[in-house]
Amino acid sequence: MNDILLVRGGRVLDPAAGLDAVLDVLVANGVVAAIGPGLEAAGARVLDAGGCIVAPGFVDLHAHLREPGFEQKGTIATETEAALRGGFTTVCAMPNTRPAPDCGPVLESIVDLVRRHARVRVFPIGCVTRERAGKELAELAELAAGGVVAFSDDGSPVADPRLMRNALALAEALGLPLSEHCDTPEMHTSGAMNEGAVSERLGLSGQPAAAEATAVARNIELAAATGARLHIAHVTTARAVELVAEAKARGLPVTCEVTPSHLFLTEAAVAGDGPEPAYDTNAKINPPLRTEADRRALLRGLEAGVIDAIATDHAPHAVEDKLVEFEDAAFGISCFESAAGTVFTLAARGELRIERAIAALTSGPAACFGLAERAPGVGRLEPGVSRDVVVIDPAAEWVVDPAGWVSKGKNTPLGGRRLTGAVRAVIIDGTLRWEREGASV
Amino acid sequence: MLDAPARLAGTAGGAAWTRKDLLDTDSLSREEIELVLETARSMKEVRSRPVAKVPTLRGVTVATLFYEQSTRTRASFEVAAKSLGADVVNLTASGSSVEKGESLIDTVRTLEAIGTDVIVMRHFRSGAPYLAARHTGASIINGGDGTHAHPTQALLDLFTMVNHLGSVEGRRVVIVGDILHSRVARSNAWTLLRLGAEVTLCGPATLLPRWFVPEVPGGGRCTVTTDFDRAIEGADVVMALRMQKERQQRGLIPSLREYIAGYQVNAQRLGRAAPGALLMHPGPMNEGVELSPDVAHGAQSRIEEQVANGVAVRMALLYLIAARSRA
Ligand SMILES: [Zn+2]
Repeated sequence: MNDILLVRGGRVLDPAAGLDAVLDVLVANGVVAAIGPGLEAAGARVLDAGGCIVAPGFVDLHAHLREPGFEQKGTIATETEAALRGGFTTVCAMPNTRPAPDCGPVLESIVDLVRRHARVRVFPIGCVTRERAGKELAELAELAAGGVVAFSDDGSPVADPRLMRNALALAEALGLPLSEHCDTPEMHTSGAMNEGAVSERLGLSGQPAAAEATAVARNIELAAATGARLHIAHVTTARAVELVAEAKARGLPVTCEVTPSHLFLTEAAVAGDGPEPAYDTNAKINPPLRTEADRRALLRGLEAGVIDAIATDHAPHAVEDKLVEFEDAAFGISCFESAAGTVFTLAARGELRIERAIAALTSGPAACFGLAERAPGVGRLEPGVSRDVVVIDPAAEWVVDPAGWVSKGKNTPLGGRRLTGAVRAVIIDGTLRWEREGASV
Repeated sequence: MLDAPARLAGTAGGAAWTRKDLLDTDSLSREEIELVLETARSMKEVRSRPVAKVPTLRGVTVATLFYEQSTRTRASFEVAAKSLGADVVNLTASGSSVEKGESLIDTVRTLEAIGTDVIVMRHFRSGAPYLAARHTGASIINGGDGTHAHPTQALLDLFTMVNHLGSVEGRRVVIVGDILHSRVARSNAWTLLRLGAEVTLCGPATLLPRWFVPEVPGGGRCTVTTDFDRAIEGADVVMALRMQKERQQRGLIPSLREYIAGYQVNAQRLGRAAPGALLMHPGPMNEGVELSPDVAHGAQSRIEEQVANGVAVRMALLYLIAARSRA
C-alpha cells in the first residue's frame, strides 16, 4: 500500500538533475510524482521538511550483510534495517559470505534470501574467483546472468596479475565493473593498522601506504590493457587518489570510492585519545585508517570528483570478534547508522561541501555500477521515475550510542562522539519506511 | 598489613604511587620513575642481607601469566615476589595461538576471582596487557608485550645506569640492534628521555623506525641513525639488543655476517665510546653476534649486574603496586 506524502519546504538537492532549491516533493503511487513550489495534494500526509535537506535515497556500493554464513555478526534483515535508518535505500552486498556467490546456484539462494528479508533494495556483487580463494575464476557469466552488479573478492585482493587480467577481460565482455580491494599483502604480514608513527609506537605490524598504491597502479594498467571498468574499493591513501586522477585524465573507465571512516578518522583512533594507548580494536579496519595528510587528500579527491562515491564498507562483527588482542581482532567497522552523521559533520565543519557529499551518496555511486539501468531513478529525484527519498536534518546534534543500533555490529570507534547531521525520514518505493522518533516530520 | 614501608621506600619528593597497573613507561612521570628507583635502592639493601627476605607482602598473591617463554623474566619476578613474602602462582598459556574458549579476559578474571592481587603478564601480542587491565580489578604488570613495551626491563636498566653514573641527565646512551621490533628499546628510550638523557637509536635501515621518534616535552633528545661507528663515539652507555636470526629469513638483513660487521660491539668499537662507558644487554645474548666475547665478559660489561638489579627493581614495583591496592 502506498502513501500519498507531501514533503514540504525542504532544500531539495539532486546533484544529478542540478537541482538545489527550497521546494515541495510529492510522493504518490510509489514514485516521486512531482517536485515544485507550493504543491498541494488532497489527503496527503504532510512531512514538514523545513530546515532539512531532501535528497535521493543513498546508494551504497560496499556493504557486508554477513548472511548467509555469519548470522551471528548480522543478517540481511538486521543489516538492511540498519541501512534504512542510515538513509541507504540501495545497497550492494559484498560476496564474502559462506557460501560465497561464485556460481549461479549460490547467487540464486542469496537473491532469494534478499527477496524475503531485505528492508532496502539490495544488489548482489559476485565473486571474482572461486570461494574468493584467488586461484581460479568464478563462474562470471553465470553470475552476470543472475543479476550481479559487479565482481569483487573484497576482503582480499586478486593477487595473481595474470588471473586479474583475465578477470578484467571477462568482466569487460560482460559489461560489468570489477570492484577491487587494492592491497599488496606480500608487502606486509597481515598489518593490523597503518604503517607509520603510531604503529611503530604501539609495536603493531603495519600496512604501508605503498602496498595500496602499488596495487592501484597495477590494476589501472591491467584495466587499461583490457578496457575493463575498474572500480577501486575504499581508497585510503593520498597516492592512490593521485593514481586514480591520472587514470581518469587518461580517459580510462576507472572509478573509486571512499568510506566515511577514512574521511573522518585517522590512525590516531587506534591509539585512543588518552595518554595510554588504548589499542582500540573498533578502529581496526582493512584497509587501515591512515594519516591526517591522507585524510585531507581523500577529502580533496572527493571534492574534485576524483573519488566518485562514499561507500560505507559496513562490516558488523559480534562482540567477541573485537574483544581480543588487537592483532587477533577482526577487521571492520559497523557503519550504516553513523555514516550520514559523520559525512554531514564533515560538511558542518566546512571540510566537505554538502552538495558534493550528497552527490557522492547518490548519483555518484549509482553511476559507478550503472544501477539506474537496473532500477530506474536510483540515485536521483526524477519525477515519475524515482522511488526513494531521504530527509536529512543537517543541524541535528546527536551522540553515537551503538548500544541502541539495530545492526548486530556495535563495533564502532565513534561511540560517545557528538555528530552533527542526522537522517530524519526515509521513503522507499514511495512509502515512508522509517522516521526518527521525536523528529517533528 | 604492610610492614615498615617507610624503612623500605622513601617518598621521592612526596610522590606517591597511585597506578593500579604498570603497562608502559611512556606515561610515567619523572617523579614516578624516581620513586621506583628510590624504592629499588631499599630493596637492593634487603637483597644484601644474610636472609634476603621480608614479610612485607605476606598475604598478597602474585600470578605470573606468560603467553611467551621467558625463564629469566619469570624467575626474576618470582624471586622478587617471594623475597617480599608474597604467594606466587605460575601460569603458562600453552601454544602460541589464542585458544578458543579460554580468552585472555577469562583468564585474568579467573585469576582475580581466586584472589590474585597482581598479575605479571607476558604476551606475544602488543597491547594485550591493556586489554587485560581494562577487564580485571587485579593489578597488571606488563612483563613484555609483543614488540611494544617492556617497562620493568627499562626501569632495571635505568637503575643500573644511575648506580654508575649518578644521573643520566645529559648522558649519551646508544641503543643498537633491531630497534623496530624491540620492546626493550622503546621502553628504554621513553624512560631515558624522561630523565633528560640523549638517546641514539641505531641499527640497519630495515630494523629502525622510519616515522617514530619518541619525544618527551622537557626531556632529552632522541636521534635515529644507521651509522654505528659514529653513534658510539663518546657514548656513556652502549646497549646492544638481541638479534633474532629469523630477521635474515624474513629478508630484513642480508646476513648475520653483515650485521656483525656493521653493528657488533667489539673492543675496537667500545674504545671509541667514553672512557669507562657501560656496556649493557637485556639478554639472552647471542654471544659473538651482538657482542664480541671479550667485551661481553670484559670490565665494562654490566650484564650480570642488570640481572641482579632486575630483582630489586621488580620488588620495588610489586611493593608499590600492592601497597597501593591495600591502602
Ligand atoms: Zn575491502
